Amino acid sequence: MSLLSPEPGLLFWMMLSFGIVLFVLAKYGFPIILKMVDTRQNYIEESLQSARKAQEELARVKETGETLLANTRKEQAEILKETIRKKDILMEKAKEEARLEADKIIVAARDQINAEKEMAIRSIRNEVSRLSVDLAERILREKLVTNKDQMEMIDRLLDEIEISKS
Amino acid sequence: MRQYSYIYGLLATFILLLSVSPLSAENSSTLPGKELNVREFILEHVADSYEWHVVGNGEKNLSVPLPVILCSKTSGWHLFSSTRFHHGETAYKGFHIAREGKYKGKIVETDASGNEMRPLDLSLTKNAASLLFASLLLVVIIMGVARSLKRNPLEAKKGFAGIMEMFVMSIHDEVIKPSVGEDYKRYAPFLLTIFFFIFTNNLLGLIPLFPGGANVTGNIAVTMVLAVATFLVVNFSGSKTYYKDILWPDVPTWLKVPIPLMPAIEIVGTLTKPFALMIRLFANIMAGHSIVLGLTTLIFITVSLGSAINASMTVLSVFFTIFIDFVELLIAYIQAYVFTLLSAVFIGQARISHASKPAVQETKPLFLKDK
Repeated sequence: MSLLSPEPGLLFWMMLSFGIVLFVLAKYGFPIILKMVDTRQNYIEESLQSARKAQEELARVKETGETLLANTRKEQAEILKETIRKKDILMEKAKEEARLEADKIIVAARDQINAEKEMAIRSIRNEVSRLSVDLAERILREKLVTNKDQMEMIDRLLDEIEISKS
Repeated sequence: MRQYSYIYGLLATFILLLSVSPLSAENSSTLPGKELNVREFILEHVADSYEWHVVGNGEKNLSVPLPVILCSKTSGWHLFSSTRFHHGETAYKGFHIAREGKYKGKIVETDASGNEMRPLDLSLTKNAASLLFASLLLVVIIMGVARSLKRNPLEAKKGFAGIMEMFVMSIHDEVIKPSVGEDYKRYAPFLLTIFFFIFTNNLLGLIPLFPGGANVTGNIAVTMVLAVATFLVVNFSGSKTYYKDILWPDVPTWLKVPIPLMPAIEIVGTLTKPFALMIRLFANIMAGHSIVLGLTTLIFITVSLGSAINASMTVLSVFFTIFIDFVELLIAYIQAYVFTLLSAVFIGQARISHASKPAVQETKPLFLKDK
């Protein structure tokens, strides 16, 4: 039957066309398609991996940041507390010092006042004694002409002084 | 989604064309006073021809002339258009198309003693032209996809290139990779070419309009070349174990020493595998074409039985033709798939070494060959 016997002409054309198709496609067609699909698959895989890595990195960074923040906050609180404490101490000290200084000043002032008072009293006394001597001189010059009078007078005066002193 | 609806649309159009066009194209055989010989009619359409009939009613025909290339033993090389024969009516340069005998439908020359003999016939027949067209189409499509992928490999393709990429990868990942085994990468381009070559030709054969419609993969010469290609690849990639199993199999020595009984059987076995591939593809596609043609002729056979029967049979015929065309669409894929799968399995078997001997066997799809 002619259907089952291959025609040499068609065999020739088939070999020619199939050969060319096979050569072209098996060399330049399918390998490129397979390679490109492979490339894309690798690329997608890599992208996924790097995305995952980036995400992990991000989480890590976030965590570090949070710890850092918490630490800083704690430190800040501590510093604040310390500062307050120091301030209190300083103020206490300052107060104490001020008090001491004030006391000193007061004592010195009192001493000076006393000294000045003493001096003033002394000068007044001198003045008074000089005046009284002058007065007495003048009075005595009038009254006490005799020695006896003079002596009586002195005694009496001395007594008076003694009495007033005692 | 849009892509799918596009494909469905294409399919629908294509089926419509399939069911309608035979009605007009085959009118030629129902000329008054001329009985339709169904067997002749089918064989004529399934077989190859020197011109490509596009449309016509027997009196007025539109055919694409194809070049006739001959090498006669007596007069040397000839190249002329097939129109010179006037559809087989006249002789040209001593050649004519035989109407009877064992060279029926082929170009013959008559030698001095009056015997018909065939010259070396390398004519670009309908099948050959369709083959070239399909090859060109395939190369353009695959190279286009490859180029589009190469231009921007990191981006998933949309549209046709995307579909083709998915198609290629589905065959690659589901047929070639598991069947060939370890070094599938070496054989993938060959097997993919086989698959798409067969698939393209099968599909083109289903389209009844001009660039398609030829019974290419239903021609034994075509399937023979494909099977021989597989045979060569399988046996050139055979491992030591493969050849040892053929020439010195693990059977009792008396089966191989005085008379090499088992080696003979094994050698025949290596030949029957591609032979089965050849016959399976040829028979399936040819049978598909025959069934479509047979169902179409129902319309013309029943003309003489009255208009009522004729009308009902026409409806039935169109319905069954559509149904068979869908089946044929499936067969177009399945046969390309089976050919590729079995080629891959044979290569996988030939690559087996003692170190790794997976139980590769002809898997289920084999049974799909039976229609």
